[in-house]
Amino acid sequence: MSVARFWRNQIHRYNLVGTHCKTCDSYYYPPRNVCPKCRRDGEIESHKFSGPGEIVTYTVIHTAAEGFEHQAPYVLGIVQLDEGPRFTSQIVCKPEDVHIGMKVKPVFRKLGEGGDRGMIYYGTKYIPA
Amino acid sequence: MSVGIVSYGAYIPKYRIKVEDIARVWGDDADILSAGLMVNEKSVPDMDEDTATIAVEAARSAVARNNIDPKRIGAVYTGSESHPYAVKPTSTIVAEAIEATPAMTAADFEFACKAGTAAIQACMGLVSSGMVDLGMAIGADVSQGAPGDALEYTAAAGGVACIIGSKESEMVAVIEDTYSFTTDIPDFWRREGMAYPEHGGRFTGEPGYFKHVSGAANGLMEKMGTSPSDYDNAVFHQPNGKFPSRVAKMLGFSKEQIKPGLVVPRLGNTYSGSCMMGIAATLDQAKPGDRIFATAFGSGAGGDAFSFRVTDKIDEVREAAPTVEGLLADPIYMDYAMYAKHKGKIRLT
Ligand SMILES: [Zn+2]
Repeated sequence: MSVARFWRNQIHRYNLVGTHCKTCDSYYYPPRNVCPKCRRDGEIESHKFSGPGEIVTYTVIHTAAEGFEHQAPYVLGIVQLDEGPRFTSQIVCKPEDVHIGMKVKPVFRKLGEGGDRGMIYYGTKYIPA
Repeated sequence: MSVGIVSYGAYIPKYRIKVEDIARVWGDDADILSAGLMVNEKSVPDMDEDTATIAVEAARSAVARNNIDPKRIGAVYTGSESHPYAVKPTSTIVAEAIEATPAMTAADFEFACKAGTAAIQACMGLVSSGMVDLGMAIGADVSQGAPGDALEYTAAAGGVACIIGSKESEMVAVIEDTYSFTTDIPDFWRREGMAYPEHGGRFTGEPGYFKHVSGAANGLMEKMGTSPSDYDNAVFHQPNGKFPSRVAKMLGFSKEQIKPGLVVPRLGNTYSGSCMMGIAATLDQAKPGDRIFATAFGSGAGGDAFSFRVTDKIDEVREAAPTVEGLLADPIYMDYAMYAKHKGKIRLT
């Protein structure tokens, strides 16, 4: 990912800032600028999510991607926020402790880094609540 | 005009390693070490935690504890000796993560273990002069000791954020006064690009820690006309349990006075977080009207002494964010192999 692209999305990663459609009361994270249900009739506003959610499903990664070797095995989960949106996040816990329906809360962590010389990417991950 | 702590927040990673497990790897006597250092275990950051993430967690706790509007924070200063970037501030990451940006100023502070209290003093000046409404001062570190070095037994991770303001009705503790004592001595250093610090061995005690802590502490009590018996509690920089216990005795403070803030036996040395963690732990259990004396120390070297008077507000906000005791509870213990992996001491390539 380019430095510029990460930076443009930084506020959403740091703070779970997404969007809300006032027309149909749907919440979006990552944010959407157009409501897919209401299209042109949708009225989109910025929304900061409260944070807590639950695990919809998960997988344990044993063969880690480059830069994540130290962390394997680690858990990737689909988190559903209390307001409804679902997205993929690393779940910071032991693989044997994770389960579907587990209540989770956001924490501020390092998401990765561009090698020894590149930038460090920070953002939100989830831990058991 | 008065100045004081409007809110505070602490953060400690979940993991611990026992001193005996480090000693076993190096063939040292764990009982002698633990007793000598008065440290039983130390905190270890998770693999995706660093000074910036710890500072953010502490800062968010401070904002939450007294329900502070982050837009009121006009300055964020983070003190550390383990900033993740050599060039690029930690404080901008914190400021953005607490949504204090963009109408504010930020900078990183460095002064070994007292960078956080130096930041408190800078914020005191800014809020007293009216330049900013609230200022945030953070002390956070993920300290490194070289494998097998004496520092490895105590170098820990943690951080504390204090929000400094000038409206007494908002304060949890009034800062009655502060005094610093500073000289230039080579007791501890780390050169650019080096992973681990160097230290002057036994040299670090007498001309470093004891001279500067007592210099600052005595200077403040003389300036204010106070004595140890005027204080309910006291906190001294805690690189281990032995130094603060000894300096407290030298100055005339009792074991009972330093007890609430002496968290190092279960935490290790959190460097820039060390004295501030003691202050946070003491505030966690303080009663309105209590007076707290604190002195931070930074190698290089200097001492920053503070005199606090706790207000009624403490009872309202105490439980609104995790207490130091709560953060110390239920740790996850790891062995040396897992610890080395966490600290990145094993190079995979
Ligand atoms: Zn809609």
